[in-house]
Amino acid sequence: MADYKLELKGVCKSFPGVKALDNVQLSLRPGTVHALMGENGAGKSTLMKCLFGIYKMDAGEVYLDGEKIVVNNPDEAMKKYGIAMVHQELQPVPARSVGENMFLGRFPMKHIGPFKMIDHKTMYAETEKWLKEVKMDFDPKAQLGTLSIGQMQSVEIAKAVSQQAKVVIFDEPTSSLSDNEVEALFRIMNDLRDKGVAMVYISHKMDEIKRIADDITVMRDGTYIGTWPASEMTTDDIIKKMVGRELTNVYPARESKPGEVILEVKGLSSIHEKSFQNVSFSIRKGEILGFGGLVGAQRTELMEGLFGIRKVASGQIFVHGKEVKIRRPADAMKAGIGLITEDRRGNGIFGCLSIKDNVGVAIYNKHLKAGFVLNHKVINGIVDENIKKLSIKTPSMKEHISNLSGGNQQKVIVSRWLANDPDVLIMDEPTRGIDVGAKHEIYEIMCNLAKQGKAIIMISSEMSELLGMSDRIYVMCNGKMTGEITDTNDMIQENIMSFATKF
Amino acid sequence: MVKTKQQKIKDFLINNGVIIIMFVLVIYTGFTSDNFLTFNNLNNILMNMSSRLVIALGIAGCVITAGCDLSAGRTIGFAACIAGTLLQRMDYSKKFFPNMPPMNLFLALLVVMGVCALCGSITGFFIAYLSVPPFIATLAMMEIVYGVCLIFTNATPLGGYVSSYTGMATGSFLGINYLIWIAIAVAAITWFIFNMTRHGKYMYAIGGNPQAAEVAGVPVKWTLILIYMKASAMYGLAGFMLGAKAGGASVNLGYGYEMEAIAACTIGGVSVTGGRGRVSSAIIGVAVFELLKAALQYLGVNANAQYIAIGVIIFIAISLDIRKYVAKK
Repeated sequence: MADYKLELKGVCKSFPGVKALDNVQLSLRPGTVHALMGENGAGKSTLMKCLFGIYKMDAGEVYLDGEKIVVNNPDEAMKKYGIAMVHQELQPVPARSVGENMFLGRFPMKHIGPFKMIDHKTMYAETEKWLKEVKMDFDPKAQLGTLSIGQMQSVEIAKAVSQQAKVVIFDEPTSSLSDNEVEALFRIMNDLRDKGVAMVYISHKMDEIKRIADDITVMRDGTYIGTWPASEMTTDDIIKKMVGRELTNVYPARESKPGEVILEVKGLSSIHEKSFQNVSFSIRKGEILGFGGLVGAQRTELMEGLFGIRKVASGQIFVHGKEVKIRRPADAMKAGIGLITEDRRGNGIFGCLSIKDNVGVAIYNKHLKAGFVLNHKVINGIVDENIKKLSIKTPSMKEHISNLSGGNQQKVIVSRWLANDPDVLIMDEPTRGIDVGAKHEIYEIMCNLAKQGKAIIMISSEMSELLGMSDRIYVMCNGKMTGEITDTNDMIQENIMSFATKF
Repeated sequence: MVKTKQQKIKDFLINNGVIIIMFVLVIYTGFTSDNFLTFNNLNNILMNMSSRLVIALGIAGCVITAGCDLSAGRTIGFAACIAGTLLQRMDYSKKFFPNMPPMNLFLALLVVMGVCALCGSITGFFIAYLSVPPFIATLAMMEIVYGVCLIFTNATPLGGYVSSYTGMATGSFLGINYLIWIAIAVAAITWFIFNMTRHGKYMYAIGGNPQAAEVAGVPVKWTLILIYMKASAMYGLAGFMLGAKAGGASVNLGYGYEMEAIAACTIGGVSVTGGRGRVSSAIIGVAVFELLKAALQYLGVNANAQYIAIGVIIFIAISLDIRKYVAKK
């Protein structure tokens, strides 16, 4: 009998330009909860995707009960090897019943004469049995979409249990759960532990880790740092292991001379209780203001609220000392605010339109002849100037934006807002998904803008970027502002991490 | 990657497949039947195209925003009926409003387009503000308009138009029929709106990525209402033209035209997934449709079998069109 239920050894995975995993290992003991920790982008999810065969690993081996296995896809992982995953973002069929979701792809069948039919009676009886197994008692015929996220999660867990899973991966399961639901989840996990199931628990929440985990493995920048018994590690130890890295010198040097306050936000609260609440901050001319925090800290939501995309319940916004009402993005633009969104594909670019239209869409309003005819000459001039200024690599402004690289697409979006000449530019994860060279260019653009007196708000989940670029940093956790770091000497990763994990 | 000559030819054939097929068919028909490529016949085809083009240009706006408009056909019928009631001769025995003198032609057109625009703006409101999917919202309007039209006309056919109204379809300027001039003017205005105004640019932006459009400060809701309103006004014009051409109208005029218009747009290259399409797309699509119908008729193809031919053309055209964009990914 092997000591470990599941072992991953020497896993390597490269993406074009990035080494995502470098010789990573993970060993799960049966009947334990193993916390896998690391910053955003440390490679935790990539490692799990390699385990499930969603990504093909470049090198590395997987052992189950001491025997080498090769997993080709998630379906095989479950059916052949009993490895299940409860996703961070659930992917069920909300319009169908709980039972149908549990038995999707493996419906119990019965024969009636020559016909094969789905045996609904068995399916719902079985569903009820397994839901009881995880201490849940809701109607197996209920439509899944009517359940809370926590309940949906327990359906996923019940599904894993019903298939006799021996290994269950929980990828940030508590990120959208209420306290009660977290308690319920932990009860289930304790049960599974007693049954000898090995579990991987991916989470950023320190208190949860301390409560539930038996072992802790820390990853950083795609490398394996080490594995320790949870009882021997303090929260500070874990944070140190997670962030202990030298800052690389990719950030352009600059002198910041912040001027007067341009934008002030007072007590901004979302209409949703779990989103941003009572957030206040201000930004000065020529300042680069960093917003730190973990994924799910509601930073994006806050900025979208400020920009008029999301509804705000209360709070005031002052631009140049004057209160402005922002109900829609057009209001924010009029007030001199620009927003470069996090999800470039989702709400940034117009994939089927040209570079010109992608830049122009925000300024077509401003350059009209006789009040309604587009002044193409002026607009072309602005677009051309921006292509040159930001050195966007393209044969012409008529090129479709979807033909450009991620970095160049991002520069087109930056141009869109520069063409609008905002005083405050909000950049949400400005370097996500772009290569190192383009990253540096984006940083230079940001520095230049600050030098011209623009105020820049940067949301970043990349610790080094946050520390390297910001004049001042606000940290958020679960929708609340938990800290402000003004002294550059205090700008160390440990400080941010402790603010970011406050709740 | 440098493309070889062979690949280039293949690309060209795929990208222009439908147009090439059309040309071949037209030339073949021209050679085999004597009267096909004559001025009179071409004029006829263009006259048929004219109202169809106005409908297609209206619907193109909806399709570019990834929507559609099923109410077009019924709106056209309604428009033709309203126009009919307003423009009957005093001496016509079955006059709808016996004591009302015929209205001024342009005023009548304005009334017709206004009523239709109102219907369109209601549909647009439901789509924009209440997030009803365009397919359903326009389906609802289709039923409502038909019902209103039935009640309004009592389902009686209209006729006995004043000569100025029917003259719209018979008169010509520079040897070209008025209806064709109207279609040319509408195409020019639509081109201007699509390319030279912010409304046109906003339309493409909404079709390309509605979320991004909102972030970029585009007044998404208002633009959508305008698009459906404008489209309906154009159906009003088309109904007016069809009434003039037929010299009469009934509630079933225009039935099914919306499907042909949507098909014509997509054949010409307006993408149903939104964001893509030009005025020339609608022109090409409508031309393909009308030329195909005429050519099949001249070739002596059974009228019922023509439906099959049209269906096959839609299959081929859209498969080829989708190929262009799938290959690009």
